[in-house]
Amino acid sequence: MRYHPLTAEDHRAMLAKIGTPDIDALFRDVPQGALAPLSAFDLPDTQGEMEVERALSRMAAKNIASGSAPSFCGAGAYKHHVPASVDHLIQRSEFLTSYTPYQPEIAQGTLQYLFEFQTQVALLTGMEVANASLYDGSTATAEAVLMAQRVTKRGKAILSGGLHPHYAETVETVAALFGEMKRAPVTAGSAEDLIALIDEDTACVVVQSPDVYGLIRNLRPIADAAHAKGALLIAVVTEIVSLGLLEPPGAQEADIVAAEGQSIGNGLNFGGPYVGLFATREKFLRQMPGRLTGETVDAEGRRGFVLTLSTREQHIRREKATSNICTNSGLCTLAFTIHMTLLGEEGLSRLARLNHAKAVALADRLTKLKDVELVTPAFFNEFTLRLPKPAAAVVDALALKDILAGVPASRLGGAEDLLIVAATETTTDDDMAALEAGLAEVLS
Amino acid sequence: MSETRYTDQHEWVRLEGDSATIGITKFAAEQLGDVVYVELPAKGKAVKAGAEAAVVESVKAASEVYAPVGGEVTGANDALSTEPSKVNDDPEGAGWFFKLKLADATEFSKLMDAAEYAEFTKGL
Amino acid sequence: MSLNNQGRPTSAGYAGTGAIATISGDRGLDHEEPLIFELAHGAVGVDFPDVKVSDERLGGMRRKGVIGLPGISEPEAVRHYVRLSRMNYAIDAGLYPLGSCTMKHNPRLNEKMARLPGFGDLHPLAPTAATQGALALISELMKWLTTLTGMPAVAMSPKAGAHGELCGLLAIRAALQARGDGHRTRILVPESAHGTNPATAAFAGFTVDEVPAMPDGHVDADALEAKLGPDVAAIMLTNPNTCGLFEPRVKEMADAVHKAGGYFYCDGANFNAIAGKVRPGDLGIDAMHINLHKTFSTPHGGGGPGAGPVVLSERLAPFAPLPLLVADANGFRLVEHREEAPASAKPFGRMCAFHGQMGMFVRALSYMLSHGRDGVRQSSEDAVLSANYILASLKDVMSAPFGDGPCMHEALFDDSFLEGSGVTTLDFAKAMIDEGYHPMTMYFPLVVHGAMLIEPTESESRESLDCFIHVLRELALEAKAGKTERFDGAPRLAPRRRLDETLAARKPVLRWKPPPLREAAE
Repeated sequence: MRYHPLTAEDHRAMLAKIGTPDIDALFRDVPQGALAPLSAFDLPDTQGEMEVERALSRMAAKNIASGSAPSFCGAGAYKHHVPASVDHLIQRSEFLTSYTPYQPEIAQGTLQYLFEFQTQVALLTGMEVANASLYDGSTATAEAVLMAQRVTKRGKAILSGGLHPHYAETVETVAALFGEMKRAPVTAGSAEDLIALIDEDTACVVVQSPDVYGLIRNLRPIADAAHAKGALLIAVVTEIVSLGLLEPPGAQEADIVAAEGQSIGNGLNFGGPYVGLFATREKFLRQMPGRLTGETVDAEGRRGFVLTLSTREQHIRREKATSNICTNSGLCTLAFTIHMTLLGEEGLSRLARLNHAKAVALADRLTKLKDVELVTPAFFNEFTLRLPKPAAAVVDALALKDILAGVPASRLGGAEDLLIVAATETTTDDDMAALEAGLAEVLS
Repeated sequence: MSETRYTDQHEWVRLEGDSATIGITKFAAEQLGDVVYVELPAKGKAVKAGAEAAVVESVKAASEVYAPVGGEVTGANDALSTEPSKVNDDPEGAGWFFKLKLADATEFSKLMDAAEYAEFTKGL
Repeated sequence: MSLNNQGRPTSAGYAGTGAIATISGDRGLDHEEPLIFELAHGAVGVDFPDVKVSDERLGGMRRKGVIGLPGISEPEAVRHYVRLSRMNYAIDAGLYPLGSCTMKHNPRLNEKMARLPGFGDLHPLAPTAATQGALALISELMKWLTTLTGMPAVAMSPKAGAHGELCGLLAIRAALQARGDGHRTRILVPESAHGTNPATAAFAGFTVDEVPAMPDGHVDADALEAKLGPDVAAIMLTNPNTCGLFEPRVKEMADAVHKAGGYFYCDGANFNAIAGKVRPGDLGIDAMHINLHKTFSTPHGGGGPGAGPVVLSERLAPFAPLPLLVADANGFRLVEHREEAPASAKPFGRMCAFHGQMGMFVRALSYMLSHGRDGVRQSSEDAVLSANYILASLKDVMSAPFGDGPCMHEALFDDSFLEGSGVTTLDFAKAMIDEGYHPMTMYFPLVVHGAMLIEPTESESRESLDCFIHVLRELALEAKAGKTERFDGAPRLAPRRRLDETLAARKPVLRWKPPPLREAAE
């Protein structure tokens, strides 16, 4: 088999050195009857590279890729243009096939880019310190709530109705053990009154901006109200490009930022792997989950980087760890860093403005259609429309015409007549025309 | 007039009247390696003898520090937050952890004196 | 105090500069590389039009200040990251003997397949009709995972091994509550367990009760069974265990915990020893996470991403988290809401947004299809053979606490052979770096002193193993003979000498700051 260097001769020689007659003798501790014959596995045998490629390509061809059709899906994952050099660089052997940098002397490549990443995330979010990534935005939000519970020694979390429902469910799944999870219902396109819900038992308020319907929120008043009662504000960002144009959570007095970094450097990948961003204030540093990279010097006085403050983590603190997380997003984190480096201040600003301009143009076009109403008054690159027919059926009908019209809110447990539509720098005039014409036809 | 006693958990207690100053022994500090962080109890906290009162961290490990005697915490060595190295440099002096008001004097007298502790560590 | 003396030396010590001084500071192909923030000079690495937008629809939330991100051109960025990459060790470059990490070859076919637009460019919330190929792939992978493990069900959404552990324990919690046993909150965990096990147990609201190891490296089954009681929720075992040994009494322990009303969670990190040869389902497990980035070759990527699907027994299957993959006459679809789930399904919640690490699913299936059941079996056998070859070749000069019998896919040594030499496990490991090897896993498991856990995997040729064995042999002999030059101040030939981890922890500097801010902080 092409991936196995050991030959039959190697087997003979190695068994001789070990002093056992055959390989099964090495499995002597396995209970009788538990050594399964090959026939017990109802699976195909080895296949060549060509056959595997053919089989998987056939499966891939049965999907509609975002780049192959007018595509307006968002709701937590966004189609952006990733420069060719990003994907090329992350496939370098030394990045792709290296391990966690526990031996820093031979992992400065990884450690330095993580340090750059931590800095970029802190700058973007306007926060003081960021970690070296978590799995994704949803688990980062859950970790933020758990951290707020630890810091405030309270259990209750108020979850804005504008928080992506998958994120809210993820938070509830792990944090409900330690306190009441209160979901504040919201009307799509408006901000609910969260301030009225904050009390002395509240550990944190979790607000997403732009929210799942695309509405840009003002976090400052909520932060002030939370702080007045000794609670923390957790700001969630699912479209990180928005921070190229909008006021960052740090400037609005957020205490923790949990975000999804997928938009930068990472493809849609049907939901994963993505990259969770996590940033907070220095005073909460030791309560942060996840890996942290820090600057230091080596024995020759040269600057170098190491994983640090590891005593928070599972491999040392075990049951008293701040989280059980071990793996981070590694290569996805690198892709983010490289893309963000290529963008820089000016590039990100232009990218963000372009996204907003496209979304504004699209919203104006679509609201000219009869009975199509724009629900979101202030948005970045995603907005919600009210349709005269159930949005899920409209989306399915348009999919048959190879148009991916957006995400029906009902898919996320929301109202049937709402459609969440995203536009990015990849959206062309032809795409917009196709959606406009397609919607006109399906709604008539 | 002060007297210092030791526990088999490698804490020392120096008692002056009913004020007890507590830290970790030189032996412990050497075993731990470079101390990077110390988590100290809050003023006013009531601790029982044998209960976890502080945590001392080196790069690769975190160790609990138990209260050798019970009482109410009256203060902690804030200098350790900026200079945890004091624990390595002078563990039984400037590297003290916290002070408490002793509740029960008999708990103190049960502990080892310097000679007994030295004998104890020889066997480790 | 609980004297936890894993605090081995973490400051760098003094080392004179032994290298030839160059004008540039670079040395041949080894380039020093500053941070992007230090390279920045206002260039841009992308081309976008400069579009003006009005404030009208931004809700008054337009950014007021600058972000402070550095700007460099594409050639500079490419050079920067290429130079950084060259400071990393990697599997592609050399043997990575990390125990419990399974550093096997990462096939490039997997990368190509994951990048097919139909997979890589597919939106997770695209209409179901547009994603049938992706759902079919997930279904196929689920079949491989359940068949290889002999289990009826698998939850696909956990994003990594530790995340999978959490999923398994939350399923157990839900199952206990469903039958009125929510008071069962104690979980038995061997003292040799990986840190994620007790951390996850605490995370899921359980208390951890440690079970000691026996002198032969196996978990003390008698002690475990004695600790069982009506308040025990589950046992968490790793099998083969973290000492590299198969637990011979595993079935007995499974039966015992079941009889006591608890569940058996198995940490699947070491599945590479038995995949295709032993089905954990036959050993009585209730749940086991599989690290796709270990056993199934998805790349380690410098620390991630991983994927940790969890196989589940009949009793736990109903509690699998959302989403559920369902096949019917119309094809595949995802059940994403509790209300839409079949009556028998009682999902405990959701592990994350969307459906799981699809990118890693494609890679893992590509690996499985390439290997086939016979290739997967061969991988396990070769992995076990290679580890035993290393054990047999080194146990006379190094000390293997459990070396009297065979090991599984990893061989455990301790530091007794270094006693009196002045050389520690750490020094030994750092000397390996100078020899061109990434060190093995050090100081884990905690049950032996100065542990060295070596897992070669099936991807090494006999020549590669022989070279590795030769180097370790010579290092061991030199250390024992008191010839410590190679160890003093090692490594000396890597891009960096030993780094001051004490300083990094005492004075954390976790981001770059522009010079004026840095001065203000000092």
